[in-house]
Amino acid sequence: MIRTILIVLLFVAVAGTGYWGYSEHQEKNAVLLQAENNYQRAFHDLNFHMDSLHDKIGETIAMNTRNQLSPALAQVWRLTSEAHNDVGQLPLALLPFNKTEEFLTKMGEFSYRAAVRDLDKNPLSDKEYNTLKELYANSTEIQNELRKTESLAQKNNLRWMDVEMALATNKQPEDNTIIDGFKTVDKSVEGYSDVDFGTEVSNMEKMKDRDLSQLKGKKITKEEAKKIAIDFFQLKKNVKITVESTGKDAKYDAYSLTLYNPDTKGTTYMDLTKKGGYPLYVLYDRNVGKAKISLNEAMLQAEDFLKKHMESKMEMVTSDQYDNIGVFTYARLDNGVRIYPETVSVKVALDNGDIMGYEGTDFLLAHVDKRTPTFKISEQEARKNLNPKFQVKETSKALIRNDINEEVYCYEFLGILGNDTFRVFINAENGNEEEVRKLKEAEPSYNDI
Amino acid sequence: MKRNSAYIKGAFFAIALCFGLLAGFGQNNAQAFSNQVVQVGATGEDVVELQSRLQYLGFYTGNIDGVFGWRTYWALRNFQYEFGLPIDGLAGGTTKNKLAKASKYDKAWVNRQIDTGKKFSYYGGEKRSAKSGAAKGGTAKSGTPKAGTAKGAGKPKAKPAQVKPAKNIPNGYSQNDVNLMANAVYGEARGEPYIGQVAVAAVIINRVNSASFPNTVSGVIFEPGAFTAVADGQIYLTPNAQAKKAVLDALNGWDPTGEAEYYFNPDTATSGWIWTRPQIKKIGKHIFCN
Repeated sequence: MIRTILIVLLFVAVAGTGYWGYSEHQEKNAVLLQAENNYQRAFHDLNFHMDSLHDKIGETIAMNTRNQLSPALAQVWRLTSEAHNDVGQLPLALLPFNKTEEFLTKMGEFSYRAAVRDLDKNPLSDKEYNTLKELYANSTEIQNELRKTESLAQKNNLRWMDVEMALATNKQPEDNTIIDGFKTVDKSVEGYSDVDFGTEVSNMEKMKDRDLSQLKGKKITKEEAKKIAIDFFQLKKNVKITVESTGKDAKYDAYSLTLYNPDTKGTTYMDLTKKGGYPLYVLYDRNVGKAKISLNEAMLQAEDFLKKHMESKMEMVTSDQYDNIGVFTYARLDNGVRIYPETVSVKVALDNGDIMGYEGTDFLLAHVDKRTPTFKISEQEARKNLNPKFQVKETSKALIRNDINEEVYCYEFLGILGNDTFRVFINAENGNEEEVRKLKEAEPSYNDI
Repeated sequence: MKRNSAYIKGAFFAIALCFGLLAGFGQNNAQAFSNQVVQVGATGEDVVELQSRLQYLGFYTGNIDGVFGWRTYWALRNFQYEFGLPIDGLAGGTTKNKLAKASKYDKAWVNRQIDTGKKFSYYGGEKRSAKSGAAKGGTAKSGTPKAGTAKGAGKPKAKPAQVKPAKNIPNGYSQNDVNLMANAVYGEARGEPYIGQVAVAAVIINRVNSASFPNTVSGVIFEPGAFTAVADGQIYLTPNAQAKKAVLDALNGWDPTGEAEYYFNPDTATSGWIWTRPQIKKIGKHIFCN
């Protein structure tokens, strides 16, 4: 009797476990399938967008009139963005596929620039047609390779989950088709890396190639770096300092210093350029107590600090309080002109006014000792190009980097339209509206309500 | 034109002020500001009081949120203009005294509104657009702001202004972006020194700005396979205050990595390819590369 009960119980237990296991398995499969479906969608979308992109570029080459060409180029721009978006959803982070993404971005930038300009006055040049032709050839290659990969993946029922798994564990998957296909695409793009996208797109590139070689002064050693740091913070002897040099591939050659002060139990991190020993950034990490001083007092501390450590005259452009921290941005003032590319940020603790941080990389990269301001039109003339509904409250002169990264002298108008505050920059040479910047108001905290 | 009407309003004010003073309204000074100078970007009690008082006088029409934003700035400047003060947009001693004399402020009441997140009408009840003598009397008579609220509710014109706490967030980002990034930083680098956390946040920003990565914070963070913390779910841990601080520093421009777009932990990295990237420096356990 007991034996029968035991057998029945055991049977129920086994059957129960079996059922539980089966439903777990089903659930897991459903989740995996869903992830796989997302990847598949992104992959097929990418193929579709590359197909249309290829066709559209082909069409632009054949087009002649502006009212055809501008919309077609705008389509190219949209499709590059869509394709870029698709790539971002595929598990390619561990694959060398960034050349292709970069290429898509540049192609988008190029077609955007061409689409928004007045092609009647300023038609596509021969050079630009050549660029388009090269882009067409390149997109043909990408399209072919992707199509081949897609059809093989469909034929052999390849799963992106396997690709992801293989990439994450660095094991070779049984079927490499997808990975190989994407690698080939990236290689083929590399072959087109010298495509001339014109000055506007290459200006963007130039920003990435800036370095610190124009800095004055000679190379410093590790010991000198230590001394500079001690002077900089007026430190006592008991502070522990470690210095490390950046790797040989670093864009900005620098020494990274870590200073531990046992008195305050705070650690300060600092990077000094090897050439000249200028501070790239300073960050002081300690616990900051409740705010006791005002943002205004903190600003005075920041200005004191800048006067001590910088030769240039700086003017505050933003001030923000983050709880017990004040952050200020300063732009260099050159003969009454605000040089916006040359900015530094200073962070001040609001419990006792300590300088908590300094960021000067942008300043060092953009700094030019002598600039020649060109203000051809008067402020009154510039004002005429403003939106008539815009109420000007303050005017100043400024140098900004416009949307193609050229430095232009501008009149800066601070004013309001409706409830919003804007900075509007009018080119001081030709009166073009270079930039309209909406100044952000504080954001309500949604989760505290 | 606008300025003109503001001028008239100001004149009304001055009259109302005189009446008010005669009626013995001087005692409001007891609750006036702290002795700090308030400037654009500041947050806290003083700003709440400043906004409330400016709203009471009809200069400020935005939400009382405790953040000295641009709307507060222009309101303060208008106030300074009307009352013949130097127009600098700073709430210093003289400005605050004038403001305290000209307006009333019920601190406890306003704080209660903020705590409960209630909607309420203009602080002080009447908008200055009510120019009749009755309105003047009304303002003077309404002993507590609450009475004014009841009146304001009756008027269809008075649009409800909210008291809600707000925060400064670096330009171009939202609080939710900051939270998401804090989650990612905490999941990826919670065992790292502070500078290592700033560095991870800086890499996320560098990727957003890079041509070869998605263009949004969420796109970068959730790119499949990009971050291990996303893959294994550690991103959903609750971040601590330090992670948020690190993210704010990175958003404010601090980049300890020298513009790195990749980083990896040499002890656990599984991809051979990542080793081929040009290395910049090591911060904590992570190697940062281009």
